[in-house]
Amino acid sequence: MSEPDQREVILEARELTREFDGVKALDKFSFKLHRGEILGLLGANGAGKTTAMNCLLGLTLPTGGELFAFGKSLEKHKIEILQKANFSSAYVSLPGNLKVWQNLLVFAHIYGVANPKKKIAELLELLEVTELRDRVTGQLSAGESTRVNLCKAFLNDPELLMLDEPTASLDPDIADKVRKVVRRVQAERQIGILYTSHNMKDIEEVCDRVIFLHKGKIVAEGTPAEIVERSSGSSLEEVFIKIARDGEVVESK
Amino acid sequence: MNLRTISALVLRYLFLYTRSPMRLVELVFWPVVDLVVWGNVTVFIQRNSSADFGGFITFILGAMILWDIMFRAQQGVAISFLEDVWTRNLLNVFVAPVRTSEYLCATFFVGFLRILVTVVVLGSISWFGYSFNVFILEWWLVPFFACLMVFGWSLGMISTALILRWGQAAESLAWAVPFFLQPVVAAFYPVQDMPAWSQPIAWCLPATHIFEGMREVMKTGTMSWSALGWAAALNVVYLALAGWLFVWVLDLTRKRGLLTKFATQ
Repeated sequence: MSEPDQREVILEARELTREFDGVKALDKFSFKLHRGEILGLLGANGAGKTTAMNCLLGLTLPTGGELFAFGKSLEKHKIEILQKANFSSAYVSLPGNLKVWQNLLVFAHIYGVANPKKKIAELLELLEVTELRDRVTGQLSAGESTRVNLCKAFLNDPELLMLDEPTASLDPDIADKVRKVVRRVQAERQIGILYTSHNMKDIEEVCDRVIFLHKGKIVAEGTPAEIVERSSGSSLEEVFIKIARDGEVVESK
Repeated sequence: MNLRTISALVLRYLFLYTRSPMRLVELVFWPVVDLVVWGNVTVFIQRNSSADFGGFITFILGAMILWDIMFRAQQGVAISFLEDVWTRNLLNVFVAPVRTSEYLCATFFVGFLRILVTVVVLGSISWFGYSFNVFILEWWLVPFFACLMVFGWSLGMISTALILRWGQAAESLAWAVPFFLQPVVAAFYPVQDMPAWSQPIAWCLPATHIFEGMREVMKTGTMSWSALGWAAALNVVYLALAGWLFVWVLDLTRKRGLLTKFATQ
């Protein structure tokens, strides 16, 4: 088993449970995310990833358990916590009828960014999308839109970042660039990142540790290499398929 | 409440209006059509009737403009919310550090801006087209404006709460809710001429006291302070109830996990 992580815990779920009409989408789901760590949340469709993410963002209230960020209850200190966090999803876009700089400026003001124009310029450059500054957001390609969404997610220099399938529908070149940027920013700023993806290459390249969910429960936890080794599989993708089809539990050592 | 957050949200709506001239057209098109149609109809009736209608056109045009203040305030809240739904921005807003009160205040302010635009346009057309000066109401215009705007905000929160609860299928409520009340707020006719059963309902609505007050001011130059007091007191009650309803429904959608479904539909 891995050595206990001594870094500060910035996000913690304790026996998080969420039921929908008697069906448990999350069943006593517990985990810790440490500062400077990228934690992958994996599972087949319906495994509970999105429900977990929605609970962590305060969009869905859990029916049981507790959530803490930066040592504080999410329920009681939501605004304070969201000020230090951010989110990007392949399925949530910025308003399509505004220009890219307008969207980013609005969110920069919401997060109280000190020098918004400078920050926006820096982020557009970092994500290699400076030329999109004056484009209408709704006219961007999927790859461009994802990178603009990431600009929004980095605006407030978050300490906690939740990325929901950030490379979905991206071509391999852009997906590679996105992964590198995420890794770079995470290393420079010691952000804790919760990362969901169905792309196992993404997960192996980006995540320090992963949690596999099946029917709302954790069935495997560890580094990608550890999980592959424990399950006697040849790749993380193979483990994913085994878990998705059979709900196989990969015991911790 | 954080003013910076409110101003950021208002900025987002202003960007939206400047990016889309059609929204500005919509803002003035329907009120102008209503005003011109009603203005022409009342001129026609006055010219072709032997009865003495006195200040009929004044009452109608005054009521038109005041009704629009309430309607535009309601729209400011409900349409601003729908803009976030239509542009799939609702999740971005709800996962940002934005309090419900800040979100509502931003929509209130958008409602105020919509009213300003509408009143200036309608006031000008009334003046040049029908020799009706909205300032005939003198300083009474200020409390009338404020009371109708606040009631419009309450209706806006109720409309938005219903849309949140019932989903996009209920979008038409953003336009319909004020019109549910139009028959009983005595905007275009006095309460005494309404059916007896509907009069107690009318007096329970702050807007009724304002429309009655408007006619009183136009006739006599003044109005009863108690009527204004009733309008203000009822407004406090409606604002509190509507705010409570909005927060309750928002919590309900979070508890049932409907918010994300609704926001990503």
